Amino acid sequence: MSAHDHHHDHQVVPSDPALRTKALESLLVEKGLVDRAALDALVDAYENKIGPRNGARVVARAWVDPAYKERLLDNASAAIAELGYGGAQGEHMVVLENTPSVHNLVVCTLCSCYPWPILGLPPVWYKSAPYRSRSVIDPRGVLREFGLELSQDVEVRVSDSTAEVRYLVLPERPAGTENMTEEELAALVTRDSMIGVAKVPPPRGGRA
Amino acid sequence: MNGIHDMGGMQDMGQIQREENEPVFHQPWEGRVFAMNRALVAWRKWNIDAGRYGIELLPPADYLRMSYYEKWLTRNLDLLVKSGLVTQEEIESGEPAPGSQRAIPPLTAASVPAMAGLRGNFMRPDAEATARFELGQQVRARNINPVGHTRLPRYARGKKGLVVRCHGIFVFPDTNAHFLGEQPQHLYSVRFAARELWGEDASPRDSVNIDMWDSYLDHA
Repeated sequence: MSAHDHHHDHQVVPSDPALRTKALESLLVEKGLVDRAALDALVDAYENKIGPRNGARVVARAWVDPAYKERLLDNASAAIAELGYGGAQGEHMVVLENTPSVHNLVVCTLCSCYPWPILGLPPVWYKSAPYRSRSVIDPRGVLREFGLELSQDVEVRVSDSTAEVRYLVLPERPAGTENMTEEELAALVTRDSMIGVAKVPPPRGGRA
Repeated sequence: MNGIHDMGGMQDMGQIQREENEPVFHQPWEGRVFAMNRALVAWRKWNIDAGRYGIELLPPADYLRMSYYEKWLTRNLDLLVKSGLVTQEEIESGEPAPGSQRAIPPLTAASVPAMAGLRGNFMRPDAEATARFELGQQVRARNINPVGHTRLPRYARGKKGLVVRCHGIFVFPDTNAHFLGEQPQHLYSVRFAARELWGEDASPRDSVNIDMWDSYLDHA
């Protein structure tokens, strides 16, 4: 019995997550619990198709189309679906508008909730202890770490995503973009500005 | 559970480490763990709340040490065994038990675009519930300390806030995580002044909005 157990101890439970993952995947495929082609398709979808460019298109549309912006603030899930985005971790969207007097910042203190269909999977810092712990108690300090110093006159609103509602920040449209097309505007919008840890930088050569 | 995952308000976790041009997955195995998790959820043996609770059950030192997807991997091994989809012996041997039936995966490559795209997997429960609170009402977060799963962060317990948005009816994670039923109930966004949460040193203008289930709140 103990010899048998020993044999197993050596063979399995490798501490390296890459090896444990490989072993688990083969087992699950062998048992018919997962389809390897489905795993490939999922990795491909989140590596190549679903990401912050989706959110940037939503923001650019809201900047150029006041009626769309109104629908977006009123029923974000439906307005985002108009552009073809939706799905897992984006079923119940709320859009928070940043203005000269209100700055929104999104965090998930309890885990890592994030609007996948429009921002993709979250960056490591968003899931990290420093960001999750400090955003609610010292949002201005966190913003300073991201290079954004806000005046005391600005109201900082942190949204802690504790439920199945997912938040997207609608950043302010930078000055100097009046003549830009929707597509050019979308190219300006950064992931960080849609989480609320940054503003959208003015176009190169322009001034805010 | 008053665990390490409930981090809001801690101050000793260090600087935020950012990475320019960060890849979606840093190593191929991370993508495989992510994808396996999505594919296994399709078996509907556990729910999103049980999944989160599975990560909260990691010992605090492991929780802080492990990378994100290592936590997922460890949690999934645990849920696979608990749900009976896989036995501990199979995980240890890396082989299906002799004579076991080969299953048919519920998630195929063809269904991935629909799942990742327009059809979500977490829908509002089709249920009725009475809202105990309404927009603009003053509320107080209950001071509860359950040993199981909860989404009421410690830093908000006992604090007074204002209902600023009504989200409709959602599954209640505190019971759902333990397979004790969905207990559908109203969910609200409650605004807490920074000074109510953190005292007089906080900015008088700032606030934190927290999504709160009906059961987390009392009238104030």
